[in-house]
Amino acid sequence: MKELRYDAVVIGAGAAGMAAALEIVAGGFTCALLDREDQLGGILPQCIHNGFGLHEFGKELTGPEFAELFAEKILASKVAIHLGTTVFSINAQGVADKEILCSSAANGVIRILCRAVVLAMGCRERNRGNIRIPGSRPAGVYTAGLAQRLVNIEGYVPGRNVVVIGSGDIGLIMARRMSWVGCSVKAVIEIMPYPSGLTRNIVQCLNDFDIPLHLSCQTTNIYGKDRVEGVEVTPLENGAPVPDKAFRIPCDTVLLSVGLVPENELSKEAGVELNAMTNGPLVDSTLMTNVDGVFACGNVLHVHDLVDWVAEEARQAGRHAVAWLKGERPKVQCRLKAGSNVRYANPGRLDPMRKNKVYLRSLIVKNDAVLELKLNNRVLRSEKKGHIQPSEMITLSVGPSDLEGAGSDAVLEVSLV
Amino acid sequence: MSIKENVDGTLAVSGNRCPRGSAYAVEELRSPKRMVTATCRLASVAACAEDGTKTGQTVHPGQKGQPGLCDPRRVPVRSSVPCPKERVHELLVAIYARTVQGPVKCGDVVIENWMGTGIDVVASRSLE
Repeated sequence: MKELRYDAVVIGAGAAGMAAALEIVAGGFTCALLDREDQLGGILPQCIHNGFGLHEFGKELTGPEFAELFAEKILASKVAIHLGTTVFSINAQGVADKEILCSSAANGVIRILCRAVVLAMGCRERNRGNIRIPGSRPAGVYTAGLAQRLVNIEGYVPGRNVVVIGSGDIGLIMARRMSWVGCSVKAVIEIMPYPSGLTRNIVQCLNDFDIPLHLSCQTTNIYGKDRVEGVEVTPLENGAPVPDKAFRIPCDTVLLSVGLVPENELSKEAGVELNAMTNGPLVDSTLMTNVDGVFACGNVLHVHDLVDWVAEEARQAGRHAVAWLKGERPKVQCRLKAGSNVRYANPGRLDPMRKNKVYLRSLIVKNDAVLELKLNNRVLRSEKKGHIQPSEMITLSVGPSDLEGAGSDAVLEVSLV
Repeated sequence: MSIKENVDGTLAVSGNRCPRGSAYAVEELRSPKRMVTATCRLASVAACAEDGTKTGQTVHPGQKGQPGLCDPRRVPVRSSVPCPKERVHELLVAIYARTVQGPVKCGDVVIENWMGTGIDVVASRSLE
């Protein structure tokens, strides 16, 4: 068995993994970047639409372009790249060095010893089983991301007449993509009373093509024996389905865009504790999990809307891993708590000595919303946030001026009112 | 964001949060444009065989000739500037009719000055 040793190992070579790895080698430590795919970039190469990179590069790029700018930096750096390499376990318990077991076609099983690990495995799509759509099990039901890969990379169009279930961004982008490859998109069905994708995608991907968006509607059946023949849609009133108003939409293809789940199977086995609200690891102010020296960033930590924020968060994780490798630890960390109308706020702890970037998600849709910060139940300050909705992540900067004198028992509560 | 038409026919935009917002709002009303992103056929890469064996050779930056699960068969492309909305379909037809010969560099012009509109179609990914 081949054995390798690095200061740090980054698992996943998408935007998060690449950004974190670059910071680690810039900090003077050796770093391996592992990915099961044969290319760098994670999901980005199949996201051929534009809208990436406004924050990161100051211009609008497509997914492959964004990936390539990072890939070029990786190739010019000292990061050791291991592609086509699947990690099957991280042993981080009770040992000085962490042990990562992985395998590739070229090298067989590889044992990697390292001090720090950065988890950057991203997320995966929820599928039909996760949301329990009743009906038969014909061909023609795909997750939106799978359809995106088939169309954009492999050159197959998976159907003709399409219904999209869920109004997440990938579903909306795919509604446009399918329209642009000659398919007819019959409808987008959303169970919530508001769309779960970004407003610009509703305008440019649905309105431009006159695709109806059925809000507060549940898909209650998928028809068809060998191939999908249609779906049954039941409107909800006051949260309850109204069967009398159910209607049928004929189609041969169903695309599911019903949410993403951080992919934490490896993390769990390594003893990493997860946050039930994000399905990602619980992390402290340095994005370190409960396992000493194991960090998490990007969509494996919590699902982001923008890749630019993934890269930004991952750079932080990379820098924190460098500091940890140098033996630096925060002196004090106070708690960050999600208050009213906040689904979650990350990270779970804050360092009162420096600026902390906080990411949070709203539970409500509201205009003229105000974000309120309370330290130990005393109002610190309020920030106007304008229009808020669960699908648009809110960011916040909390610094030493907010947290002066806060001890490890202090609690900063963030609420939306 | 709200828009009012002045007596002289110009548009007054208010409630925009950045300068791009004002320009976008006026354009969206007067002559809406869209970035077009699609894919072209890639000639140098053969299709994946049924059994998954590799018949073509593609290398993405970062990949040193290792065989993939399935090699890309399409080159992603984008319009260099936004295209008038009513001509998007026409541009897509032109893009789909084009076969790109590999290797391709990100930024390579696939269609130059389409129909005299000043719109180029460029590759958005490098493939060898």
